[in-house]
Amino acid sequence: MDFPLLSTLIWLPITGGILVLLIGDRRSGLTRWTALGVSVATFVASVPLFSEFDRTTAAMQFVERASWIERYSVEYFLGVDGVSMPLILLTTFVTVLVVVAGWEVIRQRPSQYFAAFLIMEGVMNGVFASLDAMLFYVFWEAMLIPMFIIIGIWGGERRIYATLKFFLYTFLGSVLMLVALIYLYMRSGSYSIAAFHDFPLGLREQVLIFVAFLTAFAVKVPMWPVHTWLPDAHVEAPTGGSVILAAIMLKMGGYGFLRFSLPITPDASMTLDWLVIGLSLIAVVYIGFVALVQNDMKKLIAYSSIAHMGFVTLGFFLAYAIMRRTGSLTGAVMGIEGGMIQMVSHGLISGALFLCVGVLYDRMHSRKISDYGGVANTMPTFAALLVFFAMANAGLPGTSGFVGEFLVILASFRAQPWYAFLAATTLILGAAYTLWMVKRVVFGEVANDNVAGLEDLTRREALVLGVLAVSVLLLGLWPAPLLEVMGPTIDHLVELMTRSKL
Amino acid sequence: MQQVLLTIVLAPLVASVVAGLFGAYVGRKGAHWLTILGVAVSFVLSTWVLRGLLVGDLAPFNDTVYTWGISDGVHMAVGFLVDRLSATMMVVVTFVSLMVHIYTIGYMHDDPGYQRFFSYISLFTFSMLMLVMANNFLQLFFGWEAVGLVSYLLIGFWFTRPTAIHANLKAFLVNRVGDFGFLLGIAAVLFYTGTLDYAEVFAAAPAIAGETIEIFSGRPWAAPTLICLLLFVGAMGKSAQVPLHVWLPDSMEGPTPISALIHAATMVTAGIFMVARMSPLFELSPTALSVVLVIGATTALFMGLLGLVQNDIKRVVAYSTLSQLGYMTVALGASAYAAGIFHLGTHAFFKALLFLAAGSVIIGMHHEQDIRRMGGLRRYMPITYWTALLGSLALIGFPGFSGFFSKDAIIEAVHASTIPGAGYAHACVLIGVFVTALYTFRMFFLVFHGSERMDEHVRAHLKESSLVVTAPLVLLAIPSVVIGWMAMEPVLFGQYFGQALMVSSERDVLAAVGSHGTDPAYFLVHGLTAPPFLLAMAGVFVAWWLYLYRPAMAPAIAERFRWIQGILVNKYYFDEVNEKALAPAVRALGQGLWRFGDQRLIDGAIVNGSARFIGWLSGVIRRLQSGYLYHYAFAMILGLAGMLGWLLMKG
Repeated sequence: MDFPLLSTLIWLPITGGILVLLIGDRRSGLTRWTALGVSVATFVASVPLFSEFDRTTAAMQFVERASWIERYSVEYFLGVDGVSMPLILLTTFVTVLVVVAGWEVIRQRPSQYFAAFLIMEGVMNGVFASLDAMLFYVFWEAMLIPMFIIIGIWGGERRIYATLKFFLYTFLGSVLMLVALIYLYMRSGSYSIAAFHDFPLGLREQVLIFVAFLTAFAVKVPMWPVHTWLPDAHVEAPTGGSVILAAIMLKMGGYGFLRFSLPITPDASMTLDWLVIGLSLIAVVYIGFVALVQNDMKKLIAYSSIAHMGFVTLGFFLAYAIMRRTGSLTGAVMGIEGGMIQMVSHGLISGALFLCVGVLYDRMHSRKISDYGGVANTMPTFAALLVFFAMANAGLPGTSGFVGEFLVILASFRAQPWYAFLAATTLILGAAYTLWMVKRVVFGEVANDNVAGLEDLTRREALVLGVLAVSVLLLGLWPAPLLEVMGPTIDHLVELMTRSKL
Repeated sequence: MQQVLLTIVLAPLVASVVAGLFGAYVGRKGAHWLTILGVAVSFVLSTWVLRGLLVGDLAPFNDTVYTWGISDGVHMAVGFLVDRLSATMMVVVTFVSLMVHIYTIGYMHDDPGYQRFFSYISLFTFSMLMLVMANNFLQLFFGWEAVGLVSYLLIGFWFTRPTAIHANLKAFLVNRVGDFGFLLGIAAVLFYTGTLDYAEVFAAAPAIAGETIEIFSGRPWAAPTLICLLLFVGAMGKSAQVPLHVWLPDSMEGPTPISALIHAATMVTAGIFMVARMSPLFELSPTALSVVLVIGATTALFMGLLGLVQNDIKRVVAYSTLSQLGYMTVALGASAYAAGIFHLGTHAFFKALLFLAAGSVIIGMHHEQDIRRMGGLRRYMPITYWTALLGSLALIGFPGFSGFFSKDAIIEAVHASTIPGAGYAHACVLIGVFVTALYTFRMFFLVFHGSERMDEHVRAHLKESSLVVTAPLVLLAIPSVVIGWMAMEPVLFGQYFGQALMVSSERDVLAAVGSHGTDPAYFLVHGLTAPPFLLAMAGVFVAWWLYLYRPAMAPAIAERFRWIQGILVNKYYFDEVNEKALAPAVRALGQGLWRFGDQRLIDGAIVNGSARFIGWLSGVIRRLQSGYLYHYAFAMILGLAGMLGWLLMKG
């Protein structure tokens, strides 16, 4: 592939973002259309990534490689495999929707708002496409800045507390990762992630590196008990910020486990898998109960995100327990594929749910469940879509929310029936917190005059939610293409993560 | 063949989508014609398929429609298995659905959500067909949850009613408890057999008979027992077996047509169908069969008793449904799968009939559902009266009616069974016959006979319902009467189901039942002298005595046995425990974890605590840098002294 596709996906939105900044707020119409144009162009540009993708190999594709900082052998090294490619597509897809969703809603400094999202899109694509650890780290940290700005400027009342908490949490985690990356560079003489995969390490070093990675990724996912920044960040973030946060940024933690932790420190992963599995199961059960009692819709969805991401980390770390119990690796791939699908699906569903809350918030300026009731009477189309996404969030078969949970539960039964038992409680808890919220918000008599005055979805809102609904349905009815794309990469990954480095 | 099957499934789906999304364009008439047409196509084709299978024109179909996904070598697909068992279910489902569609035109006539309702019931038909036609566990689970979804939507159809939206949430959650077990059962199936395809699972099943698993350390379980018990938890949820039955009576908050279709004839029988479909697995575990038997028997008797004290016409029928589902479950536990499916079929007709008749009464009574305010309706609603009578006779198992053959077969089968729990089950189903007759005719007499207790306004407007309502009643009454006589011999003792059901020879109770004679005439003669018939007649007689002949006696008896009355009226306190203990405990746990775990411990102590610690530390350090020269000089002297002291000590 001669055309630098991945570079385009990184730099097109970033340049576009700068362009939008230059256009400024006074010509806000032009600003919006430019932002839309750039995001659509980026999405269109990302389609060949899927259509031209070679589904038979685990090797990196669309590779670009050039020297960047020669002295420290840092390279500009890009490429995607079956794990990162779907996440890039998710990013470009969701960004378009976020731009459309912010269309009229953002009145304060629209150019900066749209620019922040476009720049963030490029940076996030950079995170997923980087094959050089230092380049990865640069993108990883750069991503914090636009998000920090988005929450800090367009956020709610307690936005300063939320941004600081978000920034410090993620920053502290990342610093340890930086130390680990520099250590790996000093030992191996290269920043190439593939080189890290092959570089032998002792168990002690592996454990230290593993813990450093775990800190960084666990905060991002977020895993219990380093999750408390997420509800605050979501509550204060503007709708678009919440969508990107839930749909893409959380996925970087999961991606990090697959790209770094498992293949670089396989023996430590094997030794400490109980820790990750334990924290994941706590996330599913404990957070499920916590979500049940939330009165703020955004908080509820934020907690639901944490519980759903518990499936991701659970699925990723099942391989060792499966091997110990059954003596074979059958099921390990299914666990990881389930986790991956859960990431993509959660991106769509939680994004949609945050957009739904945004729709209500734009009209009533409240996120409190108790301020609503009987919305279906005044907003029937909205209600139908919200019920659909709620069902998807509760893992209804036929929606994407089912696929990942199903695969992870099947795989975890191989590892230990009790894991499956605890994970499957999400069937009850997930339905309970999601549908109870739906009941209180959507159903019933019109609760008050504010609800009585609500107007149903505008065309723009209906378009955004409709597109998401179709994607959720499509992925739920036919996940085969996604599974096919990931297959060889994950087979190879399982090979790497079970190959001892000692 | 595949095109035919696809058409059967997709016709209702397409109709549903059009009626649902474009309801405003197609209008009310468009919506009902379209959905009726869709279901009618399904019904005709299903009948054609069943006929073809029965006469041998068609071979059982088992093939993949499309590959859903391949993960880790496990092939997951959407595909159909259509043999005589599933074809029978398809005909029952589409026939009842068709009747309900027609009936709905009359029942929902004035409802603003007309198109939405038709869209939902067609979607339900699609989901139910996917469930019964599945050839693998993935699709079974899809159909299983999809019917649950539609049930949720339909119970909460009148979404402004607090009771309706409470009931639908409850129904969904209780069903999810069942699905929780069901999903784990599917995971166990995959673990032991490596596949989700029925045929492959059944082929691999004998090989896992000897495997054990330690769920609790030191206590090995037989693998088939674990699988079957987990799957049965799913059946308990969907088919409303004790203690997961609590959602079904509340589901009566939905419109009556769906009570007939979903909560009597089809969806609630999904659990029965599933266990029968899994007979090759259940036959490997006598333990699981005993559990099935005992749970079913408990449901059959004790839920029937609750029907005695209900005053809402729909709730009486609902408790009757619970009880009859218990009978079907008993049949499964006794390995008389064919009898269970037979009762499922006959029950679908007469129970749908009774529900629709109840709906007709409700229309006539202007949405009054309390049977204490009815009476004497036979004069005003003759068609409803006669069809309800036929349905009631079928329900109590009056000799010759369909329910007689199916219920007697179950009772005889349990009698012949020797697995643990069979004695208890036999007692339950026998007493149940008396109870069934009593509550059925209590309702029947209170509604159609005796004094007219409604107010003048209602009485003045009483009239028979329109043709779209009564025609389905008549069409359902026919099979309610004759299907038992026609189908009994091949279904129970012949090769009706072919290879679809499997019974191991040492538990073949139906063969024992049929050892004296297999033709319906023999059964009829035999039945006239057997205890179930006498018990049923006794029930009818007591109902007549208490509610028509001496109406004052019933309250007196209730007063005399007030404590029993209390237990029954409070439905054994299941709802109380769930709503006053379980739900608050769950919410309290959530609050506790959130307030204490998240807010106080993690955020309060660790996150904000560390921020406070840094603040405190910097405060301390700031004080050291006071800017006064003598402070620094003092610190220098202290430091010097300390260093000298350390050198001295070391040296």
